Amino acid sequence: MSAINLPGIWAIYRAEMARTRRTVLQSVATPVLTTVLYFIVFGTAIGSRMHQVGGVNYGAFIVPGLIMLALLTQGISNASIGIYFPKFTRTIFEVLSAPISGIEVVVAYVGAAATKAVMIGLIILVTATFFVPVRIMHPGWMLAFLVLTALTFSLFGFLIGIWANSFEQLAIVPSLIVTPLTFLGGAFYSIDMLPQPWRTVSLFNPVVYLVSGFRWSFYGVGDVSLAVSLIFVLGFMALCLAVLSWMFRTGYRLKP
Amino acid sequence: MSPVLSISAATKTYKTGHTALHAIDLAVEKGEIFALLGPNGAGKTTLISIICGLVSLTSGRITVAGHDIVTGYRAARGMIGLVPQEISLDIFATVENTVQFSRGLFGKTPAPAYIEQLLRDLSLWEKRGARVNELSGGMKRRVMIAKALSHEPDILFLDEPTAGVDVNLRRDMWDLVRRLRQKGVTVILTTHYLEEAEEMADRVGVIDRGRLVLVEETAALMRKMGKRRLSITMQQKLTEIPPALAAWPLRLEADGERLVYEFDANAPETGMPHLLRELAAAGIDYRDLETGRSSLEDIFVGLVENGV
Ligand SMILES: Nc1ncnc2c1ncn2[C@@H]1O[C@H](COP(=O)(O)OP(=O)(O)OP(=O)(O)O)[C@@H](O)[C@H]1O
Ligand SMILES: [Mg+2]
Repeated sequence: MSAINLPGIWAIYRAEMARTRRTVLQSVATPVLTTVLYFIVFGTAIGSRMHQVGGVNYGAFIVPGLIMLALLTQGISNASIGIYFPKFTRTIFEVLSAPISGIEVVVAYVGAAATKAVMIGLIILVTATFFVPVRIMHPGWMLAFLVLTALTFSLFGFLIGIWANSFEQLAIVPSLIVTPLTFLGGAFYSIDMLPQPWRTVSLFNPVVYLVSGFRWSFYGVGDVSLAVSLIFVLGFMALCLAVLSWMFRTGYRLKP
Repeated sequence: MSPVLSISAATKTYKTGHTALHAIDLAVEKGEIFALLGPNGAGKTTLISIICGLVSLTSGRITVAGHDIVTGYRAARGMIGLVPQEISLDIFATVENTVQFSRGLFGKTPAPAYIEQLLRDLSLWEKRGARVNELSGGMKRRVMIAKALSHEPDILFLDEPTAGVDVNLRRDMWDLVRRLRQKGVTVILTTHYLEEAEEMADRVGVIDRGRLVLVEETAALMRKMGKRRLSITMQQKLTEIPPALAAWPLRLEADGERLVYEFDANAPETGMPHLLRELAAAGIDYRDLETGRSSLEDIFVGLVENGV
């Protein structure tokens, strides 16, 4: 047997993608609908009173934030359900009994979750072009941020899926932590617009760095520098990987 | 020949503090059919789960064809197929997809001809396109077996394969086990249907409260511990054992309708003709006679009760 179980990774990846196809309505229609609603509420209703932020049309300004919002929530929910569900139905036994390493399992599940998140991010981007003039100054960086963020938050979701012992726990982290951070993370405004001390407080919100870097790749303007954004994403990814490797080493909540 | 499965001093203490296995030692040879017997909670599933990588080993060492299950888990697990006690399947997948999934998971490239034969052998071929949640319980169990065999394992674990299974499936399953054995596959099973272990297994291991109390060739065990029994169905019900037969170790069963005589299967003199003559002399009429062997269950109950 080869050193890497490629057929194993591929089998899990394909099964996960098949799950996406089965639930194509929730998977794709829901984020698109949500995005359209955001455009109607924020872009049209608020945007009609607030024309420009940092020289960018307000409707266009919120596009990167909306995509980030989708990447975060989709990455987390896909990956967390992806691993939690087999744990719940106990089909996970097969993965545990297979000649496949923890890293390979993560690559397969997280890869599938991130693929789906990136697809949805791109769909939202395309949807947005129907509403507002979107311009991408640094497409390479834009894609890099898209993929890195999708991967990082899919990793985070995978952690949550392993940790969760119930559907309530599965839902609590996204709804209690991630959504507030995203809404307060400058998706719909520039943090320059906030009064002190909230501007300083915002700098402790990790999502600010993500949205900022991503928005920079579109319009060349951001709340913080590109390097800081990148360091944050990579740092968070490293943290998730470290926790995951500990989980697999100790069999945390997977192996009694 | 070195054993295909070697377990030494395997101990498992769960996080609850409960020690489910106490220093188990066991070696199983290639091509053997080995039956693990024990009451509920004895530790059978725990032992199998550890070997297959579902539960961590607290201490001790287990090797599969020489590969340590911890340090050489890839090679070890690649040789193993597991049918767990409980059915758990991705209910949205089709039969064929879920079996192919298992094969891939175990690192094997697709083999359509092998999978087709496997599905045919398990009477699943007609159902290959059906979703798992459209299948009956027995069919689902067949799917579990197909998944476990999808990567052509050298060792197959069957954890209580016949619990809740009808006669047909049970027969098919034993046919399959025999065919596998002919191919050199080692089969390790647990069962509560003890007569099946007697019928199927080359060797039997009895496990009780986390300790392997006995490992013996099935035939030798039956010779050593086996009893034969003669049951005599009476013409008229008896209320007590007739005084004339007080010297015999007899038992009344079925409301006095049956008289049962148990004796050592290996004794040179069975005593049967003598007993029948005495019955006739005492004027007791009977309408039927039946002889049989005591089952492994009787032996097992004896073992556990005697606290071996
Ligand atoms: N995850 C777990 N955590 C704590 N204790 C456990 C766990 N799994 C099993 N046990 C305990 O370990 C002991 C052995 O259980 P096991 O499932 O191995 O028994 P078994 O021989 O397979 O029984 P059965 O015939 O009922 O299937 C039992 O006392 C059980 O309660
Ligand atoms: Mg069991």
